[in-house]
Parts: sequence; C-alpha cells; structure tokens
Amino acid sequence: MTGAMTDFLLILISTVLVNNFVLVQFLGLCPFMGVSNKLETAMGMSLATTFVLTLSSVCSYLVYSALLKPFGLEYLQTIAFILVIAVVVQFTEMVVHKTSPMLYKLLGIFLPLITTNCAVLGVALLNIKKQNGFVESIAYGFGAAVGFSLALVLFSAIRERIAVADVPVPFRGAAIGMVTAGLMSLAFMGFAGLVQF
Amino acid sequence: MTTVITAILILFGLAVVFGIILGYASIRFRVEGNPIVDQIDALLPQTQCGQCGYPGCRPYAEAIANGDAINKCPPGGQSTIEALADLLDVEAVPLDAEHGEEQAKTVAFIREDECIGCTKCIQACPVDAILGAAKQMHTVISSECTGCDLCVEPCPVDCIDMIPVETTIANWKWPAPAESRNLIATDRGRGALQQQEAH
Repeated sequence: MTGAMTDFLLILISTVLVNNFVLVQFLGLCPFMGVSNKLETAMGMSLATTFVLTLSSVCSYLVYSALLKPFGLEYLQTIAFILVIAVVVQFTEMVVHKTSPMLYKLLGIFLPLITTNCAVLGVALLNIKKQNGFVESIAYGFGAAVGFSLALVLFSAIRERIAVADVPVPFRGAAIGMVTAGLMSLAFMGFAGLVQF
Repeated sequence: MTTVITAILILFGLAVVFGIILGYASIRFRVEGNPIVDQIDALLPQTQCGQCGYPGCRPYAEAIANGDAINKCPPGGQSTIEALADLLDVEAVPLDAEHGEEQAKTVAFIREDECIGCTKCIQACPVDAILGAAKQMHTVISSECTGCDLCVEPCPVDCIDMIPVETTIANWKWPAPAESRNLIATDRGRGALQQQEAH
C-alpha cells in the first residue's frame, strides 16, 4: 500500500512540476496563450480541462486495453484516441452548457478547442508508451491536468498584473506574454532532477 | 484481409457506441432556449411597456443577452440595473434618460362617464388588464395593471389618467434592498426560477 501511495505521489509530482506539460514539454500552448487574459476564465478553463484530461485518459486507456490490444490493432491508437477525446469534450460541453451558462459563455470557442489541445492526446499516448496501468493512467491524466491548471492560473495572474504595468510599447500584448511564458518555463526547468522517474 | 475488416468493424462499433452516448446526452442535457435570457427576463419588471425600444420584456432580455445596454428600462429603475449588472458581471450605469425617467408606480384609471367604448385601449394593453366591450364602458383591473402608459395615447377622448399608487396599510411593503439579487425588481417568475436553480 505504501509503495502504491509513493508511486502515486511520484507520478503526481513528476507530471505537475518536473515534467509539466505546458512549461516543460510545451504541449497545450494554444489555450495557455489564448485563455490566460483573465484569471476567472483561466480557472474555468482549468476546471474544464482537468475534467476532460482525467476522463479522456481513463477512457482511452480502457479503449486501448479492452479493444485495440486484444485484436492487435495498436497501430489504430491515435485515431481511436482522437475519437475518444472528441466525444469526451463534446459531452463536457453539453454538461457545462446545461449547468453553467455563464462559464459556457466565458469559455466560448476554447471549450470545443480542448479537442485539439495536444496535451490531451499527448497524455493518452504517453500512458500507452509508459505502459501505465489503470490507476496510474488516472493519476497521470489528473497530474497532467493539475500541472496544466497550475501553469495556466499562475500565468493568467501574472498577465493580469502585467496589464496594468508600464510595458515598453513594442513589447505590449502577445510579445510580453511570450517573454513571461519563457521565463516561467525556465523557472519550471529548475524542477528537473527533483524526482527520478 | 481479416485484420482490415476487424479494424474497420472495431472503429465502426466504437463510433456507434459513442454516437449513442452523445445522442443520449444531448437529450438528457438539453438546454431549452438560452438560460441566461430566462435569468435576465426574471429580473425585468414585466410591464411590457416597450420604453426600451423592444416589443416587451422578453425581447429586451434577449437583446441584453446579445450585448445590448442594461440601462434602458425606466419602470425597473436603478435597482433593476444593479441586479442586471450583478447577474452579468458588468458595471452598473445610470438609467438612460432617452428611454424615460424612473417614476413612482402608477396604475391607469378610466374616467368611466367619459368613456365612449371604443376598445382602443383594450387593444393597446400588453397585459390584458382592461375590461370592456364595444360601445360599453371600460374599466381597468388595477391589480393587473403594470402602469406602462400604453393605453393613454390611443384614447380618443383622453379619459385615462395615470394615478400614482398610494401606499396604504394593505399594500405597504418593506423597501427592497438594492444590493441583494434575490429581492429586487419584481417577484414574478422568481419563485419558479429559484426552484430550477435548486434542482
């Protein structure tokens, strides 16, 4: 039990900090730059992405181990995972639309765009590549989502501060965003070597 | 050859299963109309007076949901504007004077001996609060009247007055606190909306 808990914690720390999907592996940069203008929107996006990432990594693991592997169809994993992710995102969109119209309006086009968030497909494919089990897949997906959320929320908080700062004219807008993201990425690289995983 | 057919069958089956799940979800999580429009509509005073430039409160609610200004409703006044600002998370702005000024609540009153029974006010009334028939005297059901002024204009003999509602012991109410979003504007439809939210 202790071993399982340690494994679980190691996966979480590894995905959230050491191998942060956005700032270290550079996956899912589109929503990272696109939805980070307001902290509130960023939080909504983080929640939606967390839900989608965890659920889709579980679903794609199940599809892989129950359908593709027994029939020797491993080469179809990418197309099958894209199908799974699209369905999970569509489902999430319906639920959000029903339960929170305001959040639905705030997220706008970025909610369906989770489909093309490469972090989601990345997690599903890496789960297979790392030969993660069922529980490990959940932990890996959840950890990746928490890492994504952490990076997005931190970044949007910084951008809100930058919006009122006296930035030199040529750097305003996207340019200062890129510079900030680069600096954050450097900071997260500092976690390398924290866990050998 | 068999592997190709298995691959096609498996992917097809997967797609069919997902299609069924999504189809069920779209029925289970169906959104009737635009829920934000319902929430805005519940905050508007339902006078149906058209002073905002739209043919009633519901069309104005739809216009607000599509980004129109929230300060075009004189009967609702400042408290409605604040409630809308709170709901939509925007700045509360003063009432737009172009659409009229906030007045004390009034009801229409028909001076009955001057009424010629032309039914023009009945056609104008948006809430069907005027009782009468052709060549018969008309009268206003004051509990239904929203005080929207729309019947005053069409009357050919000018026998309709707008009388301010006097506060009596029977109809006096505590003033609605402007800050709270549950107690402002009208109570009409609010109970049903809150029940929906509770579910």
